[in-house]
Amino acid sequence: MSVQQGTAHRPWVDRLLTINGWLIFGFLYLPIFILVIYSFSDSKIVGIWGGFTWKWYGRMFGNPEMMGALSNSIKVAIISTVIATILGTTAALALDRYRKWLGKGAFDVIMYMPVIIPEVTMGAMLLIWFTQVLPINLSIWTIILGHIAFSASFVAIIVRARLANLDDSLEEAARDLYANRWTTFRRVTLPLIMPGVMGGALLALTLSLDDVIITEFVQGPGASLLPVYVFGLIKRQVTPEINAVSTLMLGISMVLVFVSLGFQARSRSSEGNKEE
Amino acid sequence: MTAAVGIRGVTKRFGDDVTAVDNVSLDIVDGEFFSLLGPSGCGKTTMLRMIAGLEFPTEGSIQIFGEELALKPPNKRPVNTVFQSYALFPHMTVEKNVAFGLEMRKVPKAETADRVTEAIAAVHMTGMENRKPKQLSGGQQQRVALARALINRPKVLLLDEPLGALDLKLRQAMQIELKDIQAEVGITFIYVTHDQEEALTMSNRIGVMEAGKLLQVGTPEEIYERPVNRFVAEFIGETNFIDGIATEDDRVRLADGTEVYAISDAPVGADVTLTLRPEKIQIHARDATNIPPERNQLPATITRQLYYGESFYYEIEIPGGELLDARLENIPSLRRWDVGTEVTISFHREAAEALTS
Repeated sequence: MSVQQGTAHRPWVDRLLTINGWLIFGFLYLPIFILVIYSFSDSKIVGIWGGFTWKWYGRMFGNPEMMGALSNSIKVAIISTVIATILGTTAALALDRYRKWLGKGAFDVIMYMPVIIPEVTMGAMLLIWFTQVLPINLSIWTIILGHIAFSASFVAIIVRARLANLDDSLEEAARDLYANRWTTFRRVTLPLIMPGVMGGALLALTLSLDDVIITEFVQGPGASLLPVYVFGLIKRQVTPEINAVSTLMLGISMVLVFVSLGFQARSRSSEGNKEE
Repeated sequence: MTAAVGIRGVTKRFGDDVTAVDNVSLDIVDGEFFSLLGPSGCGKTTMLRMIAGLEFPTEGSIQIFGEELALKPPNKRPVNTVFQSYALFPHMTVEKNVAFGLEMRKVPKAETADRVTEAIAAVHMTGMENRKPKQLSGGQQQRVALARALINRPKVLLLDEPLGALDLKLRQAMQIELKDIQAEVGITFIYVTHDQEEALTMSNRIGVMEAGKLLQVGTPEEIYERPVNRFVAEFIGETNFIDGIATEDDRVRLADGTEVYAISDAPVGADVTLTLRPEKIQIHARDATNIPPERNQLPATITRQLYYGESFYYEIEIPGGELLDARLENIPSLRRWDVGTEVTISFHREAAEALTS
């Protein structure tokens, strides 16, 4: 932060701001820090350091229910992300490209609904839809459908923002240079909206990985996901095993964030932007 | 001879009430530099886009060297476009941008490489092959856009205000360069611009458009010296308008009753407007006796003087009360006139034209 030289400069304001900065930092990250620390503590009670151990991680990986939930989570996240990304991207393209078609306005509003409506409402809606309207048995596949239903909207919104900034004449130039519609999409449109598509996909993945409420409604017997399982575990007792699994999930999230940042940096440099 | 581009009765409507191009017919000759000139919203860009295939006409026919292609998609047309925003692909290098058209047409790799090198050299961009568009200045992007279009050896090159985003000096340099490139490759250029000076200096012929209609087609000189109506006269360069009534023998009676000679096709008794360019007017002393007989004379008073460096502008009042602008080149022998001086102005019989619309 640059400090202006001059009569208006008061050192205690700076000091106060610095303290404020550290307080916010602590407020946000201290709980996470403590959680990570105590996942390595050889004591059942958080707050008492019992020496370093991998015990809780060992127990976590040795727990077949928890591992089942983890593998379900990963499966659901990957499948729902792939499908939601394709659906969301194509919806964004349709909304951006075709100026007028019947019901476009309504579709536009509906697209935002899953972002706005409370998750409890959405969960209840999906449950009624699956069990009473269709009706189908609840299973891991109903969870996947539920996750697609909300994350496709997020993908569509992010991709649309990217499309809105795309100069129409780029596609026209490709067409003018003998590219057919499909080649134009593959060689020009898709590479240029890719940061949006990847950003949307990562968001969908994150949303799916930590969703509890909707999953709670639409899960079938014996096909739980990790966050729901952890939530259930906490209701019985807080064990350091939960610290370990939380640290694991934190690690996965951080990897995703870094991948996403890396992607954005690469797309910036691929367009030849100077260092900012 | 078949026209390079033959446009017949082309109309383009957007929705029910917007007519962007209104029944335009036009032949563009092979190898010419043709400009479509008009204010923004006159339909010139829409006309160009219809030749490119980026819009399709509501009615009419567009032929290129006799081949009908009004409804063909852009990738099936032997034309290429230089876009106003250049539209270079931001994720590709200069080299990849330039090679794009050849790649799409599956030209062999070795030939593509040779032609890319050649095209980049032709626009003086050698050494920049691996740059991305964002690392180039506006003028450089412009050159790449030109190379990317010309490498395909189109039958017609379409340019949509390609110099619009450049500053004045660069613009003037690029005007000359474009003209040279056109002479070198011998391809028909269709150039859209709202800049009348650019159109005058670069074109073999100009088509002036307004509100979707093609008002006049002609050489720069024809357009400037013999505009068909008030709009063209006013849009191209500066001019004075003097109202009058056509009388016999190509004469026009002005508001105060004096008659002057002008170029006129108007029937006797018709209301006309004389158009007279500021640089065609000469100023003499009131008692001057050496004015040649082929020049019209009017008594006048100097009402304003402005110094423009290379020229002087005088505002003069003529007997009907109308104010005219006269532009006199700043040459050493120029006689200068103070405001309020009573003078005589003169202009050649063929310098003024009587317009009926």
